Amino acid sequence: MRRWGQELLVNALAWAVGLIWIIPFIGILMSALRPQSELIHGWWQFSSFTVSLDNFLKAWNHPTAPIGQGIRNSLIVVIPATILPLFIGAMAAYAMLRFPFPLRDPLFLVIVLLMAIPQQMVAVPLFRFLRDLGLINSYLGLILTHTAWALPWVILFLRNYFSTLPPEIEEAASLDGANRFQIFTRIVLPLSLPGLASAAALQLTWAWNDFFMALILIYDPDKLVATQRIPLLRGQYHIDWGVLTAASILTMSVPILVFALLQRYYIRGLIGWTLK
Amino acid sequence: MSAWRWWRQIGRWGSFLGFTAPALLLILFLIILPALQTIVLSFTDRQGNFVGLQNFAQVLSDPDTFNLTSFPPGPPPWGSIVHNAVWIMLHLPLTVGLGLILAVLLDRARGATFLKSIIFLGMVTPMIVGGVIIRFLFDENAGIVTAVLRAVGLTELGRSWTAYPETALPALILGSVWLWVGFSMILYSAGLATIPRDYYEAAAVDGAGPFQQFWYITIPSLRPVTMVIVAMTILWELKLFDIVYTATLGGPGGATMVLALQMYFYAFRALEFQRAATVATLLTLFTLIVGLWFVRTMRSSE
Repeated sequence: MRRWGQELLVNALAWAVGLIWIIPFIGILMSALRPQSELIHGWWQFSSFTVSLDNFLKAWNHPTAPIGQGIRNSLIVVIPATILPLFIGAMAAYAMLRFPFPLRDPLFLVIVLLMAIPQQMVAVPLFRFLRDLGLINSYLGLILTHTAWALPWVILFLRNYFSTLPPEIEEAASLDGANRFQIFTRIVLPLSLPGLASAAALQLTWAWNDFFMALILIYDPDKLVATQRIPLLRGQYHIDWGVLTAASILTMSVPILVFALLQRYYIRGLIGWTLK
Repeated sequence: MSAWRWWRQIGRWGSFLGFTAPALLLILFLIILPALQTIVLSFTDRQGNFVGLQNFAQVLSDPDTFNLTSFPPGPPPWGSIVHNAVWIMLHLPLTVGLGLILAVLLDRARGATFLKSIIFLGMVTPMIVGGVIIRFLFDENAGIVTAVLRAVGLTELGRSWTAYPETALPALILGSVWLWVGFSMILYSAGLATIPRDYYEAAAVDGAGPFQQFWYITIPSLRPVTMVIVAMTILWELKLFDIVYTATLGGPGGATMVLALQMYFYAFRALEFQRAATVATLLTLFTLIVGLWFVRTMRSSE
């Protein structure tokens, strides 16, 4: 009897917390989906309930900061900004694990410590450097920047992951005459697909969610990525919550979709690079 | 060493250099060199002359950074360093404690996977949207938090929190707890799963109650995970930028200004690159202290 009561209490508490945590998301969804006239006394009033996609259309085609164009731009940036650091980082991680080099361990330590550095630390010189190369307002500049900043944790995560692979398979391939690059691309990478999926899920989310690097490197209005357009939709004094929440939902839909589809890999990635 | 052995040595290193070259070059040119240039900027004036620690003295004595004239009981602005520090002092214990409680609670609840996904949603959300949601929650007309507070009679807290210096920082800190607690919860859940069940069974045989088991088995076993959570959370609290940018832009009157945002305003609005570089260097100093502490504790626990 006491056990039963305890179980009930635990479940009630857990679901209450879950409810509190999802209320803000329900709030922006209601605010985006329903016409302004229904929301005067708050989105939690349901005396009348009309669903309309007006706010989403307005946000998508907004005259000054169309979020549709922003989502397209974000996709153009994020896909290469996920593939590139994965491949370059995987090569470096493999070398850091298997190949001899005198400064290997200190080098690895420095790379890991770079994860602590805030992006503001490079902002001004990076802006000048990319400007001199003609890479301001250029997705190439932003993609390379995302790649460089993703590399420390990609290297740390994949080095940990590769260390769980049995070295015997690589040794066998080496006896069969495969060179080191072939072993890497034909044996190590295919065996590491779950690890690569984890790294891809996390990097895609982080590159999509990035705001600061885009803010300093892209300022041509047509080239702004999705996250950059959210503050522009906010307005100075009057806030159109319908359009702003609709734009927010559109912007967050991509990382949430990635999370929903790759949840297992996503969580494993998060645990894998922070824990062993 | 003969020339032949020297070349052979280079050849042995060749595959390492070949495999790491793209990564090392990108890191060198897009992280390390610009960071070093920022350090140089923080020690020079506009003409490029070396000025020692003058910029640091100036930034640290500036009320933008450090302003304790109205520190509690008075309202913010208290300066960006103090705001970051207050954020850490409130947000760190709240997220670590809540994350642990939720992980233990959800360990025994039905539908735990679903509930964990909901709580983790804040971590998946772009923080720029997180700032919008915080402002939305605490808005006088649209916000549910202010509506609930008015309904229970706290009319003074029923106005837009982000518009007043007394409430803007608390709103952001509470909102950031909501966004971040999924991180500590997920890591604690993973940590709980690694504790062998036999420990608890053995303790129960020895007559230990649930609270003793929690105190003497669960808490010590979660020590390494806690280190990770604490380090990552402090780093996040030091680097806060996006949520402040959309929720308040550092306002009202600087009441929610944080170091990273202050650096951005100095550099890209006021075009004071030396001052901006000084703030960035200070911020990096703090994050590196956390990073070095983390690497040391992880190494010594191996």
